[in-house]
Amino acid sequence: MTPADVVGSAVANTFRSKTRTILTVLAIFIGAFTLTITTGLGTGINRYIDQTVAEIGAEDVMTVAHQAEETTDDGPREYDPDAVTASGLGADGPGGGGTIDPITDDDLVTIAAIDGVESVEPLKQVSVDYIQHDDGTRYEVSVGSFIPGMELVLASGEQPDPDAAAAQVAIPVDFVEPLGFDSQADALGSEVAFGVADATGVEHVVTVEVVGVSEAGLIGTGNSVSPNTALTDELYAAQATGAIGQTDLYGSAVVTFDPELGETATQALKDDLDEAGFTATTVEDQIGAFQSVIDGIVLVLNAFAVIALLAAGFGIVNTLLMSVQERTREIGLMKAMGMGSGRVFGLFSTEATFIGFLGSAVGVVLGMVAGTAVGDALATTMFADLPGLTLIAFDPTSVASIIVLVMAIAFLAGTIPAGRAARQDPIESLRYE
Amino acid sequence: MSTPVLRVEGLHRAYGRGPTRFEALKGVDVEVRAGESLAIVGKSGSGKSTLMHLLALLDRPTSGSVELNGLPADRLRGRELNRVRNQTFGFVFQQFFLTPSATVLENVILPLKIAGVGRGERKRRGMAVLEQLGLADKAKNKAIDLSGGQKQRVVIARALVNDPQVIFADEPTGNLDTTTGAAVEDLLFGLNRERGITLVVVTHDEELASRCDRRITVRDGRIEASATAPTAAATAAAPGEPGRPTEGVAA
Repeated sequence: MTPADVVGSAVANTFRSKTRTILTVLAIFIGAFTLTITTGLGTGINRYIDQTVAEIGAEDVMTVAHQAEETTDDGPREYDPDAVTASGLGADGPGGGGTIDPITDDDLVTIAAIDGVESVEPLKQVSVDYIQHDDGTRYEVSVGSFIPGMELVLASGEQPDPDAAAAQVAIPVDFVEPLGFDSQADALGSEVAFGVADATGVEHVVTVEVVGVSEAGLIGTGNSVSPNTALTDELYAAQATGAIGQTDLYGSAVVTFDPELGETATQALKDDLDEAGFTATTVEDQIGAFQSVIDGIVLVLNAFAVIALLAAGFGIVNTLLMSVQERTREIGLMKAMGMGSGRVFGLFSTEATFIGFLGSAVGVVLGMVAGTAVGDALATTMFADLPGLTLIAFDPTSVASIIVLVMAIAFLAGTIPAGRAARQDPIESLRYE
Repeated sequence: MSTPVLRVEGLHRAYGRGPTRFEALKGVDVEVRAGESLAIVGKSGSGKSTLMHLLALLDRPTSGSVELNGLPADRLRGRELNRVRNQTFGFVFQQFFLTPSATVLENVILPLKIAGVGRGERKRRGMAVLEQLGLADKAKNKAIDLSGGQKQRVVIARALVNDPQVIFADEPTGNLDTTTGAAVEDLLFGLNRERGITLVVVTHDEELASRCDRRITVRDGRIEASATAPTAAATAAAPGEPGRPTEGVAA
């Protein structure tokens, strides 16, 4: 028998017992469908994160802070009046919190001297009491750290200009109406006021022009206002009025480096900073933490789908064992007519693989249709405030690998009945009633 | 006399071991001459089927030798053995062994498919043999839709399609009524006579056995008697030449 004939016969045999084949295909379909959806979920979310990284665009900066002291088993920590709370790039970002030694002006000099550091700026953290427009209602708000090079996802207006001498701010889209603006366009060019309490408790009011309205993102700016450098400095100065000690202390510093030099150079820079007693975190590192959490969740979901597929694999074993049993005499006849055991094995294992292919092809196609429909529906309802997020997305490689994986599982399941068929003795088989 | 197609000597075949050991054949010598028709008769359990399986190289003897066209068959292994089985022998079974859901043509060309013959060639040869047996109009029917006699003719067509040297027929008329049985017998003996195909028939049907050139009776694993049928004495003495041109086959 030529290989083409083996495949042709196997495919024809698959449809001989239609009900049984359909039920087995259905079991595989469920597994493949689930696997397609869960993989699509991983692809969709990670793709969104990648997009977000691109939008932030601050690839050439890393946040540098002092390494956290060893706190485990040390008992209660001694109070340090100079300690500050460190934070990452965004107010909503992961990895924030924890009290660490502040970055001092001396530290800035040390960092600037490290090879590979192009420039270093302290990350000034400001917190304001309220935001207000035109004597309207006062709202609580947090102020994000706007790092040069970062790009906001804008609903309208422009990015705050880090180099502008005048103070500028972008406000989140959610604040437009509560602040009393008629529309986003109305907000642009208007002035808002920030209330800042200084160290002595005196209230300062800083007035600033709104240049942009930002969309809520998964990470990054979130629901905080994004100031430009001039505004940050102004707010920081107001906040630091009358403070003793803390003025020249920062939670962290932002180091600019050249990402073009590649991963190794970046890692070397991190290692150098590490040696000097600092922890450096790039945007990628922070996003990476997100991605590994999501990859972990997707992995668990995929594991469930694979368990379903394994169960379906036993369905294949069962179906084909019945088939071998039913076709005992046919197998005996073919062997009597000079068909080799290898070909008999090939015939049945190909049949198993084909059943796997049917189940996975149908599962993948319907999974993609359903996933796309659900993803689109959620994008306009539940995740309407996360523009650009397609919860379930597909790429050809992962879809193809699902089909290949299912076919491999089916082939493995098929080896059991195929081996039994191959070992059959022609005489015994022909006597079989 | 020319080399016999098949010759077995001192053939023993035992199943199992120890106290359950059962000897199906206890020293059998048989010669199957080219172009003859040989009946192997005996009661069920006599060992006649075992003998046929050994002759058809489907089984290996516990001891003794099997020669095919003068060459020892135990030298044949794997692929070569499969090729010999495929090209030298044809089988006709009492229970037909047709694939019910496949068409008549698909059933007939199974040996060609196993041999790896191309699609077009398979169809051509399959149709040719169905034509000879008057079944061309049934080629596209499912095997399950045929009558008993038609089924057995399809089985014969399948046995013939590879142009075999020997056809083994195991109770070929066992499942057929007298009239259709007789028609199938006519067909088999016609092939034997006109195309020189050696026919080995295993049966306990006296009438069928008596139509063969020669018969051997197996009892308790031994050849009890070997006789030449009087009517066929002339042909048995001078067997028809194999490969003689076909002049049409009686259906």
